[in-house]
Amino acid sequence: MSKEQNWDLLIKPQNKWHQIDLASIYKYRDLLMLLVRRDFVAVYKQTILGPLWFFIQPILTSLTFTFIFSGIANISTDGNPAILFYMAGITIWTYFSDCLNKTSNTFVANAGVFGKVYFPRLIVPLSVLVSNLIKFGIQFLIFLILWIYFLANGQQINPQWGLMWVLPFLIIIMAGLGLGFGIVISSLTTKYRDLSFLIGFGVQLLMYGSSVVLPISSMSEKIQKIMLLNPLTSIIEAFKFVFMGSGYFEVISLVYSAVFMLIVLMIGVVIFNKVEKSFMDTV
Amino acid sequence: MSNSVIKVENVGKLYHLGQVGTGTIANDVNRWWHRVRGLEDPYLKIGESNDRTKKGISEVVWALKDISFEVNQGEVLGIIGKNGAGKSTLLKILSRVTNPSVGQIKVKGRIASLLEVGTGFHPELTGRENIFLNGAILGMTKQEIRSKFDEIVDFSGVERYIDTPVKRYSSGMYVRLAFAVAAHLEPEILIIDEVLAVGDAEFQKKCLGKMKDVSGQGRTVLFVSHNMGMVNSLCNKGIVLTHGQISFEGSAAESVSFYLNNFSGVKNHTVYFEADYNLPCQVMCVSLTNNKNELKNEFDVFEEITLSVEYEIREDINGVSLAFVLEKDGDIIFISFDTDYDSEKLNKRVPGKYRSKVKLPSPLKAGMYNFANIGFGSVNTTSININQNALSFEIKELSFDPTFKSYASNRVGIVPTCLNWQEIKLNS
Repeated sequence: MSKEQNWDLLIKPQNKWHQIDLASIYKYRDLLMLLVRRDFVAVYKQTILGPLWFFIQPILTSLTFTFIFSGIANISTDGNPAILFYMAGITIWTYFSDCLNKTSNTFVANAGVFGKVYFPRLIVPLSVLVSNLIKFGIQFLIFLILWIYFLANGQQINPQWGLMWVLPFLIIIMAGLGLGFGIVISSLTTKYRDLSFLIGFGVQLLMYGSSVVLPISSMSEKIQKIMLLNPLTSIIEAFKFVFMGSGYFEVISLVYSAVFMLIVLMIGVVIFNKVEKSFMDTV
Repeated sequence: MSNSVIKVENVGKLYHLGQVGTGTIANDVNRWWHRVRGLEDPYLKIGESNDRTKKGISEVVWALKDISFEVNQGEVLGIIGKNGAGKSTLLKILSRVTNPSVGQIKVKGRIASLLEVGTGFHPELTGRENIFLNGAILGMTKQEIRSKFDEIVDFSGVERYIDTPVKRYSSGMYVRLAFAVAAHLEPEILIIDEVLAVGDAEFQKKCLGKMKDVSGQGRTVLFVSHNMGMVNSLCNKGIVLTHGQISFEGSAAESVSFYLNNFSGVKNHTVYFEADYNLPCQVMCVSLTNNKNELKNEFDVFEEITLSVEYEIREDINGVSLAFVLEKDGDIIFISFDTDYDSEKLNKRVPGKYRSKVKLPSPLKAGMYNFANIGFGSVNTTSININQNALSFEIKELSFDPTFKSYASNRVGIVPTCLNWQEIKLNS
């Protein structure tokens, strides 16, 4: 009667904050990939251009920026071709902002599914990360084509071939920041919806504070320091530096961004883990 | 009990009434402050039991309180109760959609829950894509789904539309496909919330068959339903929830009877019998209604009384009649066979589920009546399935003044008959 059995699962009011079930996330990896697939297939169903929209979005945005910021406002692009300069910034920025936007409503948008079936909730934001990575890949490709075009035409850009290896790290840090901030916000919005209003223009604002448009070389030293507190700035600057040889590149800044990312991600996962158990009652 | 697969221990779930929003920050901070000091959550103490009809004084209620039970391997547990009794909350906790406020649950094996069919179906995706997506959401791997894909399509019967987006499906097709995916889950423990109430009669039959298969394979099933007949025929154990607490625990038939007799106003108008699949034919449920189709067991003298008998014929049989014996005060009043007029039934009975209704003679004298026997017997008087004293009812003189009338209870004679006396005056 009192023989202790091996229970596979213990359902309790609260788990310890550090009990993050990585094993079950791995078990549901097929779901992750299917969600990624769903994101791709579903979005462009019944559109004529289909996945071509992936190309059109960044091109149009870059053209707009070129026209407004470079053409009309005459803002510096560090001496680079304006369209290439903006596209570099937009490509990597979009990855961050898309991850953030889409993960930040994980709970609210998926309440219907979450309320009926259990699976590790972290799968959903992770799938957003992956599907946006693919989207980023496509947009990065356009950027590369444009970049090669300018390179072949002998424009004044100096690719830092020796630094190409940092690119994957830049992308990982971007992804981590997007996910970290995203899940913190999504966890908090389950109870306090105010944040979802904030996120829309918050992201917009952050873009201008992350040297997507304004290179920090055009700023005074004091403002540069403030700008570099934003972990995104050094990443975007580094991205531009690697491809065009102009911009700001300091390893220490990148390390700062990486540490920042790890901390945000950790806080995010802990909060998310806590909220996922009870959010159905508050959402 | 070394083979129990679910052990629920003192589980409770607290809900806050009113709006979530204003004041919650203050409560959250207060709760957090208590926790920091190692104290109990201050809001857990003031919870009330969940009776919706009464206006409580507290802002928080226990949707579930002190729930403890065990489920053994291979059992099919029916969970019944009125709306709001906490059934769905319990299933949600068991399927880990939400957490309990107190207590804990231990589970052995993989749990899959079917609180709704078609969870996560994306309207833009085709049937094929949705099978994979939905299967994965329910916990299957791609490999498992692929190996069962043909079976799922076949079961759903929408093969022709499998590459069409599900938004073009009729609602019936949608649900069929969704159930087909769910039905092919192979967890050790399956949690089901009334998803069977979908599709047409034919498909429902298919679903029920599938459910029986599942429980026949030694897997454990937890089943919530308002359909008492279904609970009785599918489950072998039951619990009844009332205001978030367990008010009865027993066999499925006992639980169903307990529920009907306690929560439908009148007592003992319906009785369910435990399924015994060794019998070739069996009475599953008997009930009494008046001419307005109200379930009752107290009738007025001239009220029409109808006995309905639900039964299952499980194999081809002949020479068998459904019969009942009506008694009053220990005397047999009469016996009736369903083959009395319809001798065709004696030759052959086709397997299936049936409901027979028979109107009792009226009026009957006031008093207690008792169905001494209801069941199946063959012509050579051997009984096949006899239920003794299953049902009783009472006739009351409510709306008629019985003085000197033939149905007065104190009048001599067992059967009242209102005979028509015609008189003519012979002399003046």
